[in-house]
Amino acid sequence: MAILPCRAEGLSFRADGKPLLGPLDLELDDGGTTVILGHNGAGKSLLLNLLHGLMPPSAGHVRWLGPDGADNRRRQAMVFQKPVMLRRSVLANVEYGLKLRGVARAERRRRAAIVLQRTGLADIAERQARALSGGEQQRLALARTWVLEPEILFLDEPTASLDPGAIAAVEAIVTEIRDGGTKIVMTTHDMGQARRLADEVIFLARGQVAERGPAGAFFAGPASDPAQAFLEGRLAW
Amino acid sequence: MTDILNAFVLAIELIFGGDPEFVEIVGLSLYVSLTAVGLASLIGLPLGALVAVYRFPGRGTVIVILNSLMALPPVFVGLFLYLLLSRSGPLGFLGLLYTPGAMILAQCVLATPIVAALAHQAMRTLYEEYMQQLCSLGARTRQVIPTVLWDGRLRLVSAVMAGFGRVSAEVGAVLIVGGNIANVTRVMTTTIALETSKGNLALAMALGLVLLLIALGVNAAAVLISRTAR
Repeated sequence: MAILPCRAEGLSFRADGKPLLGPLDLELDDGGTTVILGHNGAGKSLLLNLLHGLMPPSAGHVRWLGPDGADNRRRQAMVFQKPVMLRRSVLANVEYGLKLRGVARAERRRRAAIVLQRTGLADIAERQARALSGGEQQRLALARTWVLEPEILFLDEPTASLDPGAIAAVEAIVTEIRDGGTKIVMTTHDMGQARRLADEVIFLARGQVAERGPAGAFFAGPASDPAQAFLEGRLAW
Repeated sequence: MTDILNAFVLAIELIFGGDPEFVEIVGLSLYVSLTAVGLASLIGLPLGALVAVYRFPGRGTVIVILNSLMALPPVFVGLFLYLLLSRSGPLGFLGLLYTPGAMILAQCVLATPIVAALAHQAMRTLYEEYMQQLCSLGARTRQVIPTVLWDGRLRLVSAVMAGFGRVSAEVGAVLIVGGNIANVTRVMTTTIALETSKGNLALAMALGLVLLLIALGVNAAAVLISRTAR
């Protein structure tokens, strides 16, 4: 059973009458990693927030077309650039989402233990989440969503302020989640990361989809002018 | 000056002397105030969280009312409850007037707005921080309230302590609904008022010092609890 594909129709967002995103149409199907690229202010994070349903669009809508589309809220997850750690232990943070879904205690423990092992957090499961380093917190944020086995996972600049070691750890986890069959949709400023992780690229410019295509082709030679300028490091907007 | 010195000596004598009447008065004071604050917390903490989390029409008014009720005059609450609980009043059949039960009720009325208003402030800050994350993790609004109450538990201790500080020190309400009856409804603050009017200034001062010590002890305990819970 599935909630995907996810279709945005005429999706737009305005603040104080100023258009920040769209109107745009977009469809996301299952499998692979879609990386959203674009300059600051292009609307990348906004698009993720709208797709994830954290804010209502000014116009248009997001539809989940799969047979379980009505239950989409609990089949998707998101990791924020600065994840909010609950004032609890690492283990309790991982179990929280399962608790919300009414999963029994023993089963919660079992599933949390597996995910903590996979994210390398098993040894610090009893530590207070807020006392962790930035890299550990981001791994915990991933563990917290992974344990929910989402069908689609949104990542908003997940490694923005991390050191290379922590970035590598996060990327390894993201890859493993993707290999498990979860659709990944992420934004990043790190071109190296985009090349390493992307199966597909969506390029946003001024709130519109300027280009979309397979990652290999995009990085070899983008078709649109804004994307070409972006990859060449020219400021064109 | 001698009164103050005598008061210190008397206070020490009282504390270590184990006078049964004194012990009874202190015990009843603690029983009434702690029960009242316990009940006020049961009502006030969820109420504060509810107002912090739910958006409903009239929410602003509720917040203004809660904040104003923090300044509720104890004598007014005492008088109001006296009228309700007196034999001819609407709640007279309960037979509560001049019992510790009435005193608990009065102090609960005084403490609830304080606990609720302070809990609301603490919970609102926490909710603003948590809102997106909890929504993303799939929390429904009714699941958010226990989450912020639990995660904000350290801040809620101060809300509860503020409520305790208020009721353990008040005299107006317990005097009116309790009547300051020896061995029945006599608590520390009413005893202080009585002994002062009788001219036993040293004894009144001594009781005041003991009251202060209890407040100190309860607050220290609260700090210890929040340290270990961290």
